[in-house]
Amino acid sequence: MNLIWVPLLPLLGCLVSLLLGRYPRSTMALGAAILPAIALGIVVSLAPEVMSGNNPVVTFDWVPALSLQISFMLDGLALMFSLLILGIGLLVILYARYYLSEADNAGRFYASLLLFMTAMLGVVLSANLIQLWFFWELTSVSSFMLISYWSHRSDARKGARMAMTITGAGGLALLAGLILIGEVVGSYDLQTVLASGSLIAEHSLYPVIVVLVLLGAFTKSAQFPFHSWLPQAMAAPTPVSAYLHSATMVKAGIFLMARFYPVLSDTHLWFALVSLVGLTTLLVGAYTALFKHDLKGLLAYSTISHLGLITLLLGLDTELASIAAMFHVINHAVFKASLFMAAGIIDHESGSRDMRKLNGLFRYMPYTATLAMVAASSMAGVPLLNGFLSKEMLFAESLHQETFGSLSWLIPLLVTFGGALAVAYSLRFVHDVFFNGEPIGLEKTPHEPPRYMRVPVEILVVLCLLVGVLPDLIVGDLLVAVGASLMPAGVPEFSISIWHGFNIPLLMSFLAVLGGVALYRQRRHMFNFQARFTEVDPKLAFEHMIQTLVERARSVQLWLDNGSFQRYALWLLLMAIAAMSVPMVNIPHARGSLEVTELDMVALGGALLMIVASVATAMLSHQRLLALVTISVVGLVVSVAFAWFSAPDLALTQLSVEVATIILFLLALYFLPQKVSLNHLSPGRIVRDMGIATAAGAIVGTLTYAMLTRPFDSISSFFTANAKTGGGGTNVVNVILVDFRGFDTFGEITVLAIAAIGIYKLLAGVRLFVPAADMDGRPWSKDSHPLMLMQISQSLLPLALLVSAYIFLRGHNLPGGGFIAGLITAIALIQQYVANGVVWMRDRGDLKFQWFIVWGLFIAFASGVGSWFFERPFLTSWFDYFYLPLVGKFELASAMAFDLGVYLTVIGATLSILANLGKLTTTDRPTRPGRRS
Amino acid sequence: MELIFAVTVGVMVTCSVFLMLRGHTFAVVIGLTLMSYAVNLFLFASGGLALHKPAILADGAEYSDPLPQALVLTAIVIGFAMTAFALILAIRARADLGNDQVDGRALPGDSLANKESQGKMRQNPVSSTAKNTGGKTR
Repeated sequence: MNLIWVPLLPLLGCLVSLLLGRYPRSTMALGAAILPAIALGIVVSLAPEVMSGNNPVVTFDWVPALSLQISFMLDGLALMFSLLILGIGLLVILYARYYLSEADNAGRFYASLLLFMTAMLGVVLSANLIQLWFFWELTSVSSFMLISYWSHRSDARKGARMAMTITGAGGLALLAGLILIGEVVGSYDLQTVLASGSLIAEHSLYPVIVVLVLLGAFTKSAQFPFHSWLPQAMAAPTPVSAYLHSATMVKAGIFLMARFYPVLSDTHLWFALVSLVGLTTLLVGAYTALFKHDLKGLLAYSTISHLGLITLLLGLDTELASIAAMFHVINHAVFKASLFMAAGIIDHESGSRDMRKLNGLFRYMPYTATLAMVAASSMAGVPLLNGFLSKEMLFAESLHQETFGSLSWLIPLLVTFGGALAVAYSLRFVHDVFFNGEPIGLEKTPHEPPRYMRVPVEILVVLCLLVGVLPDLIVGDLLVAVGASLMPAGVPEFSISIWHGFNIPLLMSFLAVLGGVALYRQRRHMFNFQARFTEVDPKLAFEHMIQTLVERARSVQLWLDNGSFQRYALWLLLMAIAAMSVPMVNIPHARGSLEVTELDMVALGGALLMIVASVATAMLSHQRLLALVTISVVGLVVSVAFAWFSAPDLALTQLSVEVATIILFLLALYFLPQKVSLNHLSPGRIVRDMGIATAAGAIVGTLTYAMLTRPFDSISSFFTANAKTGGGGTNVVNVILVDFRGFDTFGEITVLAIAAIGIYKLLAGVRLFVPAADMDGRPWSKDSHPLMLMQISQSLLPLALLVSAYIFLRGHNLPGGGFIAGLITAIALIQQYVANGVVWMRDRGDLKFQWFIVWGLFIAFASGVGSWFFERPFLTSWFDYFYLPLVGKFELASAMAFDLGVYLTVIGATLSILANLGKLTTTDRPTRPGRRS
Repeated sequence: MELIFAVTVGVMVTCSVFLMLRGHTFAVVIGLTLMSYAVNLFLFASGGLALHKPAILADGAEYSDPLPQALVLTAIVIGFAMTAFALILAIRARADLGNDQVDGRALPGDSLANKESQGKMRQNPVSSTAKNTGGKTR
């Protein structure tokens, strides 16, 4: 249970740092350090358990059905990385106390640093793939904040953006890879995945998975050709570089490869990809490092080179190569962190990082110089230091591998050359900075740093020495535990010691040192040669690439999304026609096996009327009123058709909706332009549209015919059989609506409500075009409301309401129900508006139709929730029969309450649409709150 | 009967698609309405065409398929809401953009009509129309 605190404590520390923002820097550093220190204590206390083979695990279920849980596990691999992250993190906190100036916002710095620490700990401790990815992305985001800490500097912003883009893109690839792993294994649980053996490696998706996961790892670990972000990230404050580029950020990619080493490696593809990329990175990084004049630039490329070295080791197919890789992770973290810190001290106390200016500093800061020299020697691989040991192991493993068959002999040769380059740039770091004459043009006289700024460097350098002299004692057990994570089948016997006798690896080390010295002596020639290359600024190249990408994307987007509805509708229709025509072609005959019904004259007449009216609507659409008349003919015949083909409920609904629709259109005519110009219509466009329309119509018509003449299995017999016994009603359509499929209906009235509310918002505060006259110049009539219409409407209202109540009550057994009754009530009320006007209606009770919607939805919902109290699922219906004197036997059903909700919602929605539109020209128009126009 | 039904639906779809591809909001909304009629008929037809067999339970009767009817019933109401939304959107677009084009650009023939209505436009119609309320909307 303690384990959960390990990532949680730094997260809390992040808050502490933010809260301590106004205190002196020492207080703040202390405040930031306490919680991670406790976390380190927890990790150390758990270490014996891990080393004995019991990995502590903490799991909280989140969505178990999707195999999503919050889960942390501390195994050997996670233990090693946690120690590095927390240990070096604490040293960086101390170091940053002296590095940051008064002007820097130390609270923000520590908060970002601890957030990043949380993310890294999350990555290494996660025992769930999706959770791992979450923390992985969090490292990208929090490192963005760290790199861009000096946000006033353009290079910091650009560098941060570049790091974020490249590692973020890799993160997306990683997500795809992890999801594929989850699909193959059937679980996102890391332990299940790691226990799956060769399941992934033998799956047909394996190559895709490997490439995606490695893309994530390579971008994060700055492997060639994704390495260019790392040097740009040097714009960050040096403590950040010391942390990100030694123990954490870039090691996350290494960690990822190590994490999935048991299940993904051991194939030819893995070895070839990983070793080749690692080797290239090793050489490119080491070679480039030699020519960097910036102290941090040199260290940056040397970091890339060492990351390549570790990757190469992970890609070698020998037994101990992965152990050597992990050993070098520790060693590199230790010496590189100290070197970055030393570089920061030099920068801080001399005001420059340019090695052409910095010379002979040994005289000014002998103590720091000694420390830096020891660390640099470790980087070069000088005996008695930790870097020597892991480099020696690399040489040894490179001799045993057979990754490239008969060409395998190239690898030892190339790594020796890489070793020589490392010696050369380390030599340059030491000789150029601390010796080689006097400083040139420094702004201030260099001096030793404050006492405690050196402490972290001292600790790290002592570690270099201790590990270098007594490797087995200090890291032996840890490496065995790490090996257990990497090789679950069993860790081979190994021992790390400084002396293995005179052998080939030692000779290779010797050659590397000799070669390095020789290279450094010949540096003038190499610098001259290098100067002949035109140097490309990766930042500019990157920005250029991004801008090109954005421009391309924009042109594609503008082509697709040009703001024309006609274009969208065209695409949509063409897609629909294409999607439909393929299956239609595969049906041999339109006519199916069912016998057709005999044609009667009424149906034929109706059909002809509909066809004529539809065509007339299409042709007369520019004469708006005529088009409305013809389309209402279509609507009316549709309702007659419903009645004719045994659907009385539909006929009633269609009829009442038709009234509402036509009133709506008439209202809208007033607000839309009266004149429709046809002169811009090109004949080509008309022919094209006719073609598309005919194709669509032919397909739908054929489909209808094919469907009507084919037998089908209906599930409706269930509804007819159970409507009376189960739902208590004889009108099966209504019982389906309010009972069997009540949940669907609930969704549908919600949609209705949303549309009504959307319309209300659209109309609120609309700026209106109010023409004073119609298109022929005739002014609008100012007549008052016709008396006859007023009188008749008013006397009809009670009758109409009575009819709607009747329709509502009988709905369960005879045609009717909430939908139809609601529409009838709405139309009865609309008629009052039409006959009497908005003001007259307002004076007689200002109905707030929005509240009808709210209450309707609430009642429908409550009637569904009610069944929970009887421990039934949502919307289970209930009904029974009662006797009352005078009334006789009657039925009560919970579905009636639901239908009442439907009824109210329909009234509310219809009226709020129509009445709000009608109110637009009056003082009662909907307005935005606080802006009554 | 089935054939003439299918032909009718096909013609309605043809007309509605043609209308939906026009350049003015009014035609598009009319097309949308016509389309929803056609789609409702199509959905309804999936239960087959039955004469004199309403799905009202009675002794020994045959019934038409009630399920498509229930589906279409809600579809009609929602179709109304959708038509209304599209229409109000057109009104709002007219108010905010000054024209009723749906192709994303004002055409040369349209600017004249715009000027005409711009001239008669009143930003704040409330005070002047309050007295003869309702008359405006008929």
